Amino acid sequence: MEDDIRELYQEVILDHGKNPRNFRHPEDATCEANGNNPLCGDRLTVFVKVGEDESIEDAAFEGRGCAISVASASMMTDIVRGKKVVEVDALFDTFHKMCMGEEIGETPAEFEDDLDKLMVLSGVKQFPMRVKCATLAWHTMNAAVHGDSAASTE
Amino acid sequence: MTAATTVLKPDTSSSYDVAAIRADFPALSLEINGYPHAFLDSGASAQKPNQVLERMDQAYRSEYANVHRGAYTLSQLATDNYENARSTVAKFMNAKTPDEIIFTRNVTAAINLVAHSYGREFLSAGDEIIISHMEHHANIVPWQLLRDAIGIEIKVAPVDDAGNFLMDEFEKLLNPKTKLVAITQVSNVLGTIVPIKEVVRLAHDQDAHVLIDGAQGIVHEGVDVQDLDADFYAFTGHKLYGPTGIGVLWGKLDLLNKMPPYQGGGDMIENVTFEKTTYRDAPARFEAGTPPIVEAVGLAAAIDYVSIIGLTNIAAHEQSLLAYANDKLATIEGLTIIGQADNKAGIISFMLGDIHSHDIGTIIDARGVAVRAGHHCAQPLMDRYGVAATARASFGLYSNKSDIDQLVDALNYVKEIFG
Repeated sequence: MEDDIRELYQEVILDHGKNPRNFRHPEDATCEANGNNPLCGDRLTVFVKVGEDESIEDAAFEGRGCAISVASASMMTDIVRGKKVVEVDALFDTFHKMCMGEEIGETPAEFEDDLDKLMVLSGVKQFPMRVKCATLAWHTMNAAVHGDSAASTE
Repeated sequence: MTAATTVLKPDTSSSYDVAAIRADFPALSLEINGYPHAFLDSGASAQKPNQVLERMDQAYRSEYANVHRGAYTLSQLATDNYENARSTVAKFMNAKTPDEIIFTRNVTAAINLVAHSYGREFLSAGDEIIISHMEHHANIVPWQLLRDAIGIEIKVAPVDDAGNFLMDEFEKLLNPKTKLVAITQVSNVLGTIVPIKEVVRLAHDQDAHVLIDGAQGIVHEGVDVQDLDADFYAFTGHKLYGPTGIGVLWGKLDLLNKMPPYQGGGDMIENVTFEKTTYRDAPARFEAGTPPIVEAVGLAAAIDYVSIIGLTNIAAHEQSLLAYANDKLATIEGLTIIGQADNKAGIISFMLGDIHSHDIGTIIDARGVAVRAGHHCAQPLMDRYGVAATARASFGLYSNKSDIDQLVDALNYVKEIFG
């Protein structure tokens, strides 16, 4: 169990949790959504700037949460920048399976680096109660880019 | 039983045999993730002693049938058990009569019953009710639903930074429009013990009724409803070492019998025709449908259990643990206790630097320690203290110093991980 804890709270997660990247409110965001985990009270807002070619030009977030949810939002906003919305949808699907401990199947070569980075969050699969911490930011971004104003883990 | 507001001294005698008590609770001897089980979440729900488990098992195996119906041996036995449980509860709270004891599902159901039945009969637009800043959502949301339905106003009595209930400020809120004061006896977050007898006296001076949320209070303080003289008192079985699915609403009998039914169904009627139905008096009026029969038996067994140990002894034990825990937690740098009222029950909410309570909860679980993490169904109170969530350790009659030592070690482990 303590090995699982060490795997979940890796240095890179603690670093993103303490010093989150893209923790800001960009004025030129084209969409945003509020994410809410009602059972624990964690809330965050994800801001995305989607260009005319459906690519994500900027992503950022604000809010409060545990180390896992903040680290996940921090890493996500780094990783999605420059990707097309459809690519991000596919990445979220794979990341979600990773967190649930499900088979992720064939990984497109261009995602390999990103999934390697996100793999540090896959430690949540040993902690079913914490999966929604790791996926809250992704659910919220998904809501933002697809025109919903809110996402909830419940 | 002592009066609800008695201040209990720490128990320094050796007569409180916590080891023997722990042996009654199978869940406490579990090994959790390779460590002894340090269960410090009794404030959310308490573990159950063998005496309750075995009594319920027996009631299901050899004393079970529906109640108040069949003219046969087991139905009579089940009915006797169920009504005896009501008498046990009445005696435990010092109610005037068992008819004042209504079995509900939990405190939430009890407060919703009062909000619907009493609220719609006795309250109308422009009337005011007073709650406190410390209320659990169960004593906030039912009143907001009633406000939205009939237009009452809700006033909030404040607490100070330490978590003390401000009696002067409460008194200022009372006025001739105040019809009901709905307030907790013990804060589930801060541990604050509210001087509810004084609250009742001041409210009655304004002819307002009083409902006490005793979810935490019944466990840490007990209640003598005649001495307290409130109008309603609600508590739940599962925090009192009994089963889930059963709670109690106590109300003054004449008031209960002036209230309309909350839910309609079987068992609560005198006579039914398609044109008109007449209702039985309390408690049957408020117990539509098949009740939680075996849960009532289990609750009575739990009450017998705590009564043998003695609520005063339990409270004194918890006070000595509280003092011990305060000293030990003070050794952890960066740990802040939220809620340091002058008169507190065995509940400690805390922050550890800027580490989120869910991270604390997950990590100390790896060391066998169970605490509650989150907003504790008291978001307005969290906002009051400017925090999103806290970790909360709460004691039961079986808690011991080893549980606290294990918590302190585990919190140091959290700090080690977060560096």
